[in-house]
Amino acid sequence: MQEKVLSMKQINISFPGVKALQNVDFSLCEGEIHALMGENGAGKSTLIKVLTGVYKADSGEITMKGFEKPLHIKSPQDAQKAGISTVYQEITLCPNLTVAENLFIGRSEEFVVNWKTNNKRADEILKGLSIPAKATQQLSNCSIAAQQMVAIARAVDMECKVLILDEPTSSLDKQEVEKLFTLMRKLKARGVGIVFVTHFLDQVYELCDKITVLRGGELVGEYPIKDLSRVELVAKMMGKELDDLEEIEQEAQALVGKNKEVVLEVKGLASTSGIKPFDFTIHKGEVTGFAGLLGSGRSECVRAIFGADKVVKGNVRVKGEPVHVAAPIKAMKKGIGYLSEDRKGDGIVGDLSVRDNMILALQVMKGFFKPFTKTQAQAFAEEYIKLLGIKTASADTPISSLSGGNQQKVILARWLLTHPDYLILDEPTRGIDIGTKVEIQKLVLKLAAEGMSITFISSEIEEMLRTCSKLIIMRDLYVVGELNGEDLTQTKIMHTIAGGVSQNANQ
Amino acid sequence: MPTNKLKSISKHRLFVPIAFLVFLFFVNMIINPGFLKISMGSDSNGNPVLIGNIVNILTNATELVILAIGMTLVTSSSKGQDISVGATVAIVGGVIMRVLCGMETQPTTLHAPVVVALVLGCLAGIACGMFNGLLVAKFKIQPMVATLILFTAGRSIGSMAMGGLKPKAVSSFGYYGNFIPGFPIPTPILITIVVIIITAIVLKKTNLALYTKSVGINDKAAYLNGLNPNLIKFITFMILGLCVGIAGFVQASRVQTVNPYTIVPSIEMDVILAVALGGNSLGGGKFNMTGSIIGAYTIQTLTSMLTTLNVNTNAVPVFKAVIILVLVIIQTPIVKSFFHEHIQTAKLLKTQRKERA
Repeated sequence: MQEKVLSMKQINISFPGVKALQNVDFSLCEGEIHALMGENGAGKSTLIKVLTGVYKADSGEITMKGFEKPLHIKSPQDAQKAGISTVYQEITLCPNLTVAENLFIGRSEEFVVNWKTNNKRADEILKGLSIPAKATQQLSNCSIAAQQMVAIARAVDMECKVLILDEPTSSLDKQEVEKLFTLMRKLKARGVGIVFVTHFLDQVYELCDKITVLRGGELVGEYPIKDLSRVELVAKMMGKELDDLEEIEQEAQALVGKNKEVVLEVKGLASTSGIKPFDFTIHKGEVTGFAGLLGSGRSECVRAIFGADKVVKGNVRVKGEPVHVAAPIKAMKKGIGYLSEDRKGDGIVGDLSVRDNMILALQVMKGFFKPFTKTQAQAFAEEYIKLLGIKTASADTPISSLSGGNQQKVILARWLLTHPDYLILDEPTRGIDIGTKVEIQKLVLKLAAEGMSITFISSEIEEMLRTCSKLIIMRDLYVVGELNGEDLTQTKIMHTIAGGVSQNANQ
Repeated sequence: MPTNKLKSISKHRLFVPIAFLVFLFFVNMIINPGFLKISMGSDSNGNPVLIGNIVNILTNATELVILAIGMTLVTSSSKGQDISVGATVAIVGGVIMRVLCGMETQPTTLHAPVVVALVLGCLAGIACGMFNGLLVAKFKIQPMVATLILFTAGRSIGSMAMGGLKPKAVSSFGYYGNFIPGFPIPTPILITIVVIIITAIVLKKTNLALYTKSVGINDKAAYLNGLNPNLIKFITFMILGLCVGIAGFVQASRVQTVNPYTIVPSIEMDVILAVALGGNSLGGGKFNMTGSIIGAYTIQTLTSMLTTLNVNTNAVPVFKAVIILVLVIIQTPIVKSFFHEHIQTAKLLKTQRKERA
């Protein structure tokens, strides 16, 4: 049996009005990859922040191997000194410095730095961990995955015993994830204990030894991976048995080919984002998806339809009528809504209230001189908070203080308020908890049944299989296939992504 | 419970600005027991006028208040400040004097109706705003750098607008910066009230506030919601330009002449301070118009107080700077949470003591 490197006992912490963690235990062994799972708001981030000194626990004890007394971690620096390092989803290095500089910055005790030896050492470290980067390369020139690996290398080189990876894979594509996993396995062999936070179940089962599940700030349990099936895991995270997912699948099949009225027709559309001209048609009440690897152009396609990127070529017809989509407002006036992929970057308006965020799109369509009264806006907000089950203190709360899933629901409400004929949902389920994911998928099918046409994009192919009746497959900015009916299977999609003939390669 | 009420009041965004203004009033009343007194007097022509410290503060704050309103919008949308407002007031002043006096230095009549001068002055201000707005919104130049251009050139342009002369208009032009004969309330106060009312109506009856905040907080999201962020930034600069036009008109009317090189010296800094004192982030985004207006009156009160105290004119800026430094630091999150924690600990100790007893 491996030795325990870290144990947290009876951790309690509360914020005004909420008990964020209640008597949570967590322990980590040397050379173990330990998944920390839970829905949004379960307390994963809070636990990590306690461990890294961002928050101070109200009570509880943290002990680590090599320290006789319980640790008092008051700041991230303390945590680092104790050997706890964290790598976040967003890269927290300096992109304008070289890889070697990023590895060693702020760590030298000497007054004079010898970059020659540092560069040499950096190359050794990179080689030792098979990281595809050079010491003298500028960090921003590396791929996102390599940057993340450099962040990990920096943590490892600081002799960390506990490495926390907070959603490291959400912005990586499949091959990059593989590379990251190889690195994690290497570290595991060296005896580093790794805490792995992720939303991807596949990755947990591919990599981890143990799973700790949190729910609503309480510990559900710690399980060896082989003793917990996926379904059981999902059920434990949600606190109920989950037959819902299968139900959805059946509903989706029933919808295929019901309606024939064309809502939107796109021919040879291309935008400044570099997307190659593509054709696309959607009927009333239809749910279609764009599938492909990261960077394949699936978001760029829908952004072009909505006018989010500048359109350079092609034409769009909404219900048979030609439209020049010069800016999003034009698309909105024609009954198109677009929930963007990057929720934080171009979805939420952070400091504004939930209410203002909800009414924004509808308000803009209504016009500058016709503001909603506070009563009207409040009524809209209350209606949708209730309808979508948004967890917020009030409609006045700034949206930035909501959890990811609830922020996404607010944005969804924003577009539902405009009653679009065609709604584009670009990764609406990214970075949110499973419960909300299922809710959103169900909502999509319900809206489609009511006659709304929807494009649903997700990096999880299962989700699209469950909801879409037609999939457009993309590779390297080209449309390479269109699948529907019986062709909608994982294998078929994979094959098309890997080797399909493109619809528009000759254009 | 009264303590809870007190606490919620002390947490209000406008608490520090208002509390400080009240504090300044108290200090003034101690220094000068007649500070709040308003009496009826008469000017050199025997017309009835209101006299008093408060009247002076309200009158003198006019330009500051009007400019602070525009600056608040520009700050919110563009995440930066317009440092050219002092220089563009000089341009507006120059245009107005040229319209009223032509090329004469001591004209005996007005060359054009005052309303024409006002409109042309406002148009000049708006043109300056459009120039700044174009640089910021279209060419993506940082606001401070973009407005540095008119900051540098503005006062000379003002002088050129008057053909290099320093004309003095007939005294009837002075009504707008002083008194209308027979009416005891200073005209600038009336102008301020009108501007504030119009601002309130615009903020209530249009989506200016929502659009400006959205663009300032997240312009990409604003674009995807159908807004045109560049246009909105441009419009806020135009509105500030209009404010400059009105402020320049009042300023020119005060002494019926304009020295473009000394008119409203360093007012841009006072205006920016007014916005900051009102609890607004100079980094843009959310804003509170009432706060900016209170901030403007606070600065004017402070300036008047230092003058009453017979502080050496050269030393006034130092005193002002120190007081503002303290005020700005009090409003930082670090100090706020420090006080908050201390209050909490004190309460805890008190309850513990009670329990023991």
